[in-house]
Amino acid sequence: MDAQTLIARRVALELRSGDLVNLGIGIPTLVANYVPPELKVFFQSENGLIGTGPIPEQGMAHPLLTDAGGRPISALPGACTFDSAMSFGLIRGGHVNVTVLGGLQVDAEGHLANWMIPGKMVPGMGGAMDLVTGAKRVIVAMQHAAKGKSKIVQKCALPLTSSRPVDLVVTDLAVIGFPGGEITLLETAPGVSVAEVMAVTEADLSIPDKVPEMQI
Amino acid sequence: MKPVSAEEAIAMIPNGATIMVGGFMGVGTPERLLDELVRQKKCELTLICNDAAVPGRGVGKLFDAALVSTLTASHIGLNPKAQEQMMAKRIAVDLVPQGTLVERIRAGGCGLGGVLTPTGTGTIVEEGKQQIRVDGKTFLLETALRSDFALIHAFLADYLGNLSYALTARNFNPVMAMAADTVIVTAEHIVPVGVIAPDHVVTPAPLVDHIVANR
Repeated sequence: MDAQTLIARRVALELRSGDLVNLGIGIPTLVANYVPPELKVFFQSENGLIGTGPIPEQGMAHPLLTDAGGRPISALPGACTFDSAMSFGLIRGGHVNVTVLGGLQVDAEGHLANWMIPGKMVPGMGGAMDLVTGAKRVIVAMQHAAKGKSKIVQKCALPLTSSRPVDLVVTDLAVIGFPGGEITLLETAPGVSVAEVMAVTEADLSIPDKVPEMQI
Repeated sequence: MKPVSAEEAIAMIPNGATIMVGGFMGVGTPERLLDELVRQKKCELTLICNDAAVPGRGVGKLFDAALVSTLTASHIGLNPKAQEQMMAKRIAVDLVPQGTLVERIRAGGCGLGGVLTPTGTGTIVEEGKQQIRVDGKTFLLETALRSDFALIHAFLADYLGNLSYALTARNFNPVMAMAADTVIVTAEHIVPVGVIAPDHVVTPAPLVDHIVANR
């Protein structure tokens, strides 16, 4: 199983029937592929849709039905559409149960940086700041390290996305949470030891006596 | 209301105008009006829109033709030309969280001075903004946005100016249609009055100043 699939499958286990869920771009988008069909999850696309379905088959795309990246998407029976004020009212108003976002850095306090690298990449925050600020539960889905550098850091050097800490981080190596406000190793990826996770993590992880392996 | 041509509609817009343009990554954008802005070389525009789309599509065309001097948007990362013009300081860019952007426009259209939002507190977005505490929580005061013109794309328009929208092409359109001095609309279909059921009208006719005829 490649790293992205592993992360997406583990995140999918966090979703519950009836949840309104917003998935970010990249690995988070893959999460929808691993939600079992009996689990009735509502997926929101922040450009104004609840009830997003799979990417339409060739010839079935509608030019006015797109995801937040402008790509064709489908709408499931029971879907609804609305304007951007409603969409972000849902997000900021605490109506979104779970958002899954990519990350550049997450720090020991749970702060997420995921929207700019000063001087290099300034794409704009889009909906990320509202999502992290307003969703009931924020899950970060990302690679543990980039170019050999830990993305789990003691303190974010990059500009923060929100002052609100995230709830869970799922990487290709580990699941990390913040019980009692302390950054804690909750699970390791299959075949990865606690020592291996610690070796590639910059932040000072709290390590419980027993760290189970991800069950996926 | 007698529909006007795209030429006539865009001729009303002076250089240096502030324009809001509906659309999300070019979906739900009045493409014909953008083509006409480019053809008439309306320049030094202050543009308010969700994103910079991509080159050749939606508001991306305005960056291709270097007609924008100031941009307020939430995301420009998928348009390398807009990025390049920002980095070269040829355009001034104000990046605003998407939910804040749409609420500022909504406030502008609803007679409010601004909105209080928790989004952006504790980040660089709060710089230079007033913080207000309500019931123990900190909010940023985000001021209202209005424009001289709003360029709107609807799915259906009737000859009074009632509008309805389709799927994800709604996005910022109905909000912007409230927040501009002059509202110019293109629609996929222009239909007789009464075809859009009252319950399905999203933008009421009195908000619309000009409907652009379909060719």
